[in-house]
Amino acid sequence: MPGGGRRGDARGMAIIEVRDLRKVYGGRPVVDGVSFAVEEGEIFGFLGPNGAGKTTTVECVEGLRVPDSGSVRVAGLDPVADHREVTGLLGAQLQESELQAKLTVREALEMYSAFYDRPVDWRPLAERLGLGEKLGTRFAKLSGGQKQRLFIALALVGGPRVVVLDELTTGLDPRARRDTWQLIEDVRASGVTVLLVTHFMEEAQRLCDRIAVIDQGRIAALDTPSGLIGRSASNTVISFTPSRPLAVHELDGLPAAVSVATDEKDGRITVNGTDETVNAVITLLARNHITAHQLRVVDATLDDAFLDLTGASA
Amino acid sequence: MSGTLASPSARSTGGSRATRAVLTAERRLFLREPGSLFWITVFPTALLVVFGSIPSFREADPDLGGLRLIDAYVPVVILTSLVLSGLQAMPPVLTGYRERGILRRMSTTPVRPASVLAAQMALHGAAALGSALLSLAVGRLAFDVALPRHLFGYVIALALAVGAALALGAVVSAVSRTQKASNAVGAAAFFPMMFSAGLWLPVQAMPDLLGRIMELLPFGAAARALGEAAAGDWPSWQHLGVLALWAVLLTGVAARWFRWE
Repeated sequence: MPGGGRRGDARGMAIIEVRDLRKVYGGRPVVDGVSFAVEEGEIFGFLGPNGAGKTTTVECVEGLRVPDSGSVRVAGLDPVADHREVTGLLGAQLQESELQAKLTVREALEMYSAFYDRPVDWRPLAERLGLGEKLGTRFAKLSGGQKQRLFIALALVGGPRVVVLDELTTGLDPRARRDTWQLIEDVRASGVTVLLVTHFMEEAQRLCDRIAVIDQGRIAALDTPSGLIGRSASNTVISFTPSRPLAVHELDGLPAAVSVATDEKDGRITVNGTDETVNAVITLLARNHITAHQLRVVDATLDDAFLDLTGASA
Repeated sequence: MSGTLASPSARSTGGSRATRAVLTAERRLFLREPGSLFWITVFPTALLVVFGSIPSFREADPDLGGLRLIDAYVPVVILTSLVLSGLQAMPPVLTGYRERGILRRMSTTPVRPASVLAAQMALHGAAALGSALLSLAVGRLAFDVALPRHLFGYVIALALAVGAALALGAVVSAVSRTQKASNAVGAAAFFPMMFSAGLWLPVQAMPDLLGRIMELLPFGAAARALGEAAAGDWPSWQHLGVLALWAVLLTGVAARWFRWE
């Protein structure tokens, strides 16, 4: 993409570039000035609560919606004006879409591969996605995980440079979800850029090179998973069960503590803070002759960082 | 240079390959719906056989200008198959495709979802025409109903009637948000449509005012046009015009209101 090399990133050029995107529904801005760039070869996460504007944004990237203002470019092309070209190099898996109930896996793959000028051979693709045994099965008879794998296959059958996966693992059991994560890593390893929309922290933390946290139609933060956790005010979580009940107010004034919570059932206390807080907690307990059972000090997860980042506007 | 020359032709073959693939898949799916196939292709002819088995239907009727009732009912059962195909069978399929995101999924590929709409119309139109041929053949062989004497006029009237039926079905899909709603709209429209086509009383035998009103409706006009061509005349321009006007109007309404998602 000539002229697009603003960032001197080693990874490469931006394959998706969104600038100041706005989309209003019924007077309410659903997407309110979103800008980001997805580099070729990365797994870029789009993380946010339900209704944050994630899906609307990616639908503008896929050419399904026309932005009210701002610009969207996929490999330098406009998804609306250059619909045919963009759909040829961008594969999509949509939230809540189905296929014809009585269409078999083989027929779906045959039909979709005929839509593209240079499709990949769908047989090895189906094998790789574990659908080799299911080619004669009708869509309605597939399990949730099999349907999702078929949608990944259909997103890849055109030989795209980038795939958009929207809430791919929602509704899958934990086993199928982990299998799907492996598939997404395989897809990236094969050289395809991935734009992943999710509201699962664990998924985003495990898979994504970079994550845009979107909240109320705006990007609240954009960084690597560890960068997001590190920039959060509470990157350490301390938890323990005190030898005698401890009232929350006794823990008031801990340095750098962001939150203190007591589990009502077993009296276990959880403090979100930093290294500084850890020392203060230990000193406080020693001074009061309290023993801390099962003391755990762990790094905050993306979950904690996410609540921190989106909490201010919630 | 050769690249710029090659690219448009590659694109057009790609397009026709995609259209063929959609048609192939939709044809297979269509053949997997035995219920729809029965109502479109078997039921109308079965109805003709029932009518033809009633002795009074085989006697010349002065109200019909000396024709037998069974002669007048061949166009009626042909219109029945058009209504069953275009208005009953097709709208739930299209509305269901939209409701379940199938058309939306296709919008993310280089192929426009309009190709599915076109394939569905082609298949339902072809099934209705096949049913019409069956009715004509059974009418001729079993009940000695003469084949259309003005074949070209008959074909023109039939083609316009198929167009109007499919456009009407597209309008039902356009105004119905769910598959259930399109079933309900189709069912509600069924009896008025069949009445106007003359299922209870052939249009030409209706009382004067009622007949004139029915001739302004698509299937009433179609029944008259088919009847005239069967008798050996070029169908009157009034009936053909009414039919063409409906086909154009309904197509316009469907194109204006149909939503892909």
